[in-house]
Amino acid sequence: MNRLRAWFLAPTWTVVITLFLAPLAIILGYSFLTRGVYGGITLSWTLESYQRLIDPIYLEILWRSFWIAGASTVLCLLLGFPLALFISRAGRHKNFYLGLVMLPFWTSFLVRTYAWMFLLRDTGLLNTLLQKLGVIHSPLPLLYNDGAVILGLVYGYLPFTVLPLYATLERLDRTLLEAAADLGARPWAALTRITIPLSAPGIRAGAILVFIPCLGAYLTPDLLGGGKSVMIGNLIQNQFTTARDWPFGSAVSLVLMAIVMVLLFVIARGEGEGLL
Amino acid sequence: MKRTPALAIYAVGAYLFLHLPLLILSIFSFNSSRFTVWEGFSLRWYSAALHDSQLTEAAWNSLIIAAVATLFSTVLGTLCAYGLWKRTSRPLAGSLYLSLVTPEIVTGISLLAFYQWIFRFLHAQLGMHTVILAHVSFCLAYVVIVVIARLRTVDATLEEAALDLGANEWQAFRYVTLPAILPGVVAAGLLAFTVSFDDYVITSLVAGVDSETLPMVIYAIARRGVNPVVNAISALIVIGFGSLVMISERLRSA
Repeated sequence: MNRLRAWFLAPTWTVVITLFLAPLAIILGYSFLTRGVYGGITLSWTLESYQRLIDPIYLEILWRSFWIAGASTVLCLLLGFPLALFISRAGRHKNFYLGLVMLPFWTSFLVRTYAWMFLLRDTGLLNTLLQKLGVIHSPLPLLYNDGAVILGLVYGYLPFTVLPLYATLERLDRTLLEAAADLGARPWAALTRITIPLSAPGIRAGAILVFIPCLGAYLTPDLLGGGKSVMIGNLIQNQFTTARDWPFGSAVSLVLMAIVMVLLFVIARGEGEGLL
Repeated sequence: MKRTPALAIYAVGAYLFLHLPLLILSIFSFNSSRFTVWEGFSLRWYSAALHDSQLTEAAWNSLIIAAVATLFSTVLGTLCAYGLWKRTSRPLAGSLYLSLVTPEIVTGISLLAFYQWIFRFLHAQLGMHTVILAHVSFCLAYVVIVVIARLRTVDATLEEAALDLGANEWQAFRYVTLPAILPGVVAAGLLAFTVSFDDYVITSLVAGVDSETLPMVIYAIARRGVNPVVNAISALIVIGFGSLVMISERLRSA
């Protein structure tokens, strides 16, 4: 068996090494090099790119990314929990309701982000509607701010919280709730003292699954934040295109990777690895 | 358990939140006005989209890239999933998992840096091939996950029986296990196709002049504001993707 298995794994190993690990190794190298005069790379080793990260401008971008990703994660959990609870109690229609959550998730992320631009911009549907109804007289600035970015991220990643929450709620021992009810617990007490504490693994998994892509988001802050809401992803992209400072862009990328890996392997203890 | 009406009402609201934006966008793609005021049913934006050579060319590029990347990532990923199912390899499984959670922007710029470095030694430049290679790479992990989930439902003793009856390892894979996981393989392929077709962040970084994809054109237009032609394309993408995903889900549970 071992020979066939080796042949079967070899092509994927080749792709993973050449197109994933080697590129990461290259930016690791670049992050210690110096930027050339014309934006190239000069071979002189330095920690300067990492030291520049302590600059308040960049710390603020880092802080803002954490803040936006954190707010989106909390909102996803708050919105996702009741929905997961509903699905877990939906009897034989469970799969249908779950599919209904996943369907928009698999339809183009770009299109879903664009849909919010269509709804939120000054001449968009919401503002047009509100003006027609006479609620407002001039359009509300709904697009191109942090709120729009958070909305876009919540919309994009809500399914990521519903799935793991549903998975834990599904396994929840119902007899505990019956026992609590028999002992006189009101539904709210049963929810806060039994259901929520017991779904902690799902809450943790859902939080990590949303926080990570939100932290590294590029597309949403660019389209819905309109360049005003700069996050780490936009900073990296900018260093590799307009600013042409590849060593600094590489250093920021690696810091982002390091944060992601700490979150995954330390806090979530590599839970998702069970998928593979 | 008694049904809580409050929860059901909340669920209706949540589903509206998830589905209304795309539904409204699709409805307005049939609006004859270019503004967000309904003026009547019209297919003019669909016709405009079909006659826009930049859009159709980009759509072709996207289809070609997604088809080739799907083919390679599905074949490679299926073989890999089978190998990992036999006996797992922590370094490989870990690397694939890491590639799945790496922020797209990091994957994109590291590939760009890698290509630029390689091009110092090779006479090549960014184009369709660099995009396809990038797509094969990021689609692989998705394929492996879907196929391995399917493999876990397969009875491993069937292969042992085949081996006892004189089949070699390849034949056991080819005639026993592969037919059993085929729906999963097709589902993985459809998933890879949608992931590849939709990608903007990585693609835009490693694309050359000849390889502008549909998401790149949509993105460029979206950055300038809203355009009814994009509404029409979006509606087509939503319907196309939706059908692919529903087929894929059917196959996965089949």
